[in-house]
Amino acid sequence: MTDSKTAAAIDSAAAEGRPAFIGYLPAGFPDKETSIAAAIELVRNGADVIEIGVPYSDPVMDGPVIQQATTEVLARGFRIAEVFEIVEAVTQATDAAVLVMTYYNIIDRMGPAEFARRLAEAGGAGAITPDLIPDEAEEWIAAVDAHGLDRVFLAAPTSTPQRLARIAEASRGFVYGVSLMGVTGAREAVSEAAERVVRGAKEAGAQRVCVGLGVSTRAHVEEIGAYADGVIVGTALVAALRDGGPQAVGRIAAELTGREI
Amino acid sequence: MSTPRYRNAEGPYFGRYGGRWMPESLVAALDELESAFRAAKTDEDFVAEYQRLSRDYTGRPSLLTEVPRFAAEAAGQGPAPRIFLKREDLNHTGSHKINNVLGQALLARRLGKTRLIAETGAGQHGVATATAAALFGMECVVYMGAEDTRRQALNVARMRLLGAEVVPVAHGAQTLKDAINEALRDWVASVETTHYVLGTVAGPHPFPEMVRWFHQVIGEEAREQILQITGRLPDAVTACVGGGSNAMGIFHGFLDDPEVALYGYEAGGEGLDSGRHASAITLGRSGVLHGARSYLMQDADGQTVDSHSISAGLDYPSVGPEHAYLADTGRVRYEPVTDAECMDAFEALCRTEGIIPAIESAHALAGAVRLTRSWGAEAANRSIVVSLSGRGDKDVATAAEWFDLLPPQDGSEAPETGVQA
Repeated sequence: MTDSKTAAAIDSAAAEGRPAFIGYLPAGFPDKETSIAAAIELVRNGADVIEIGVPYSDPVMDGPVIQQATTEVLARGFRIAEVFEIVEAVTQATDAAVLVMTYYNIIDRMGPAEFARRLAEAGGAGAITPDLIPDEAEEWIAAVDAHGLDRVFLAAPTSTPQRLARIAEASRGFVYGVSLMGVTGAREAVSEAAERVVRGAKEAGAQRVCVGLGVSTRAHVEEIGAYADGVIVGTALVAALRDGGPQAVGRIAAELTGREI
Repeated sequence: MSTPRYRNAEGPYFGRYGGRWMPESLVAALDELESAFRAAKTDEDFVAEYQRLSRDYTGRPSLLTEVPRFAAEAAGQGPAPRIFLKREDLNHTGSHKINNVLGQALLARRLGKTRLIAETGAGQHGVATATAAALFGMECVVYMGAEDTRRQALNVARMRLLGAEVVPVAHGAQTLKDAINEALRDWVASVETTHYVLGTVAGPHPFPEMVRWFHQVIGEEAREQILQITGRLPDAVTACVGGGSNAMGIFHGFLDDPEVALYGYEAGGEGLDSGRHASAITLGRSGVLHGARSYLMQDADGQTVDSHSISAGLDYPSVGPEHAYLADTGRVRYEPVTDAECMDAFEALCRTEGIIPAIESAHALAGAVRLTRSWGAEAANRSIVVSLSGRGDKDVATAAEWFDLLPPQDGSEAPETGVQA
């Protein structure tokens, strides 16, 4: 048993004999209502966990597709309050665990305690922080713990066993296994590093490891699902939303989760 | 000695600033770099090779030049102080940037890396990196904001001549911070073969400490030279601050001399009220960007605010974390200098001394003018060392436009400035 909302979602997928499906969408892209509708479509078509990405001026881990989407959102005058509104709307409309994915300065500016309070108030499950390593996370961990939220840290192909142990220890919900050395974006093949990261993180004590970066086809999902607890897809969904709206997001989610061929 | 010691501060933290606010993917490379740097500092062969290159290739030590006509002009009717310029503009490639680049290229070679990447604003750091890559036979890619490639077209050509690939970065504000983002994205994917030659005392640990260490020679030489010439320490040292590498380099020599006042001049752009400036310390607040906690220009949501300066090299919305610490402790005083004030000092140095400074460095000259005037009669027995961090050849087109030196545009022919804007 776990009191982590995200871990519970991953475990119930496991109980059905499949990896959890985790879908990323940028907050407010292309506008607030559409991004909520797209997240709901994602859940209807098999997503167990939703990541709502916070548009940020300096997204160093993002490739061109997500950068372009978030730049557009920022250009229309996006404010952070919108993130909590979206989290609340998706949480109310679905039973998925809703995480926020944000670069750390957004949290730092609001103050970790206030950010965690507002996220919990909106019904969010926790946050993924791609540019925060456990070494710098003391204040953040204290803040999310005060509200029982999940805190997801990244593990990389280059992380040493010592670092993996620290990452596993600091994470709650799951460990985000980075499948390759690079930024977000669809890739032809899943790097062989992904399985190594999952094995290393588990050996270091992680209970659940989900894999993201470069995952864009049903074949990738099946391959990763054989050894990971969950599969994270972002760019492929963002491209679908850009080109075909929420319906297209639903279609690709159904395809990726194997509900439709 | 009861004075606090500031010299030789080690990362990752400078007070509450610094650290590693970076994706996990880069931590292994940063650890590897830190151990290589620590080992190299105490390795006689490494230090000897670095010093040999500094002497035979860069041309160190750089001169300390007294500029009495400039000092007299700064003083106006009043008595003039003695003003000395630390001539980093005379280094090979025309700025202080080469000090750091040669050091990091030597480290990269020790680490077995064959490819160098860099960000650049004005182009000086990119030129220096392209130069080192040519010297060491390494591949080189330089990321440069698309806006800056237009402002500094001559340096783009220079880098290409040196065999580097220049990649214009067309997102965000298309300036230095966006070039750093793109270089970081490259590095995450290429870290096995590639060293990221970060060009300033910012970024994740160990960069702030390491880049300062490679530039400390500026302050060490300046301190020795001024003692030799005047027999005593200067009353003030001035330097421009974007990320702050030349400033850390020269300040470091004087940090534990409490009688020497240290002044860092940020880009005040069109004035702080205009919102178009790059004065991170003066108007920023603590935040994290590009791997370090420091002062940061940001909005109420934590989004980075676009900076502005007439000098591309100071057009950065944050500042090295050690500067943030030195500002909080009061050891160094940081003030903004506007584009207009800076260009007055730029013009004055050209006219009175026959030295064309980089517009970045002209902020430090403007600071010296401001100090001179504030001293009034007391200026007579005082001396100032100004960090002249770079030469102004790259800025002639910008200056020609600022001072309206170009023939009227009739739409037929480009003006004969000798420089392609």
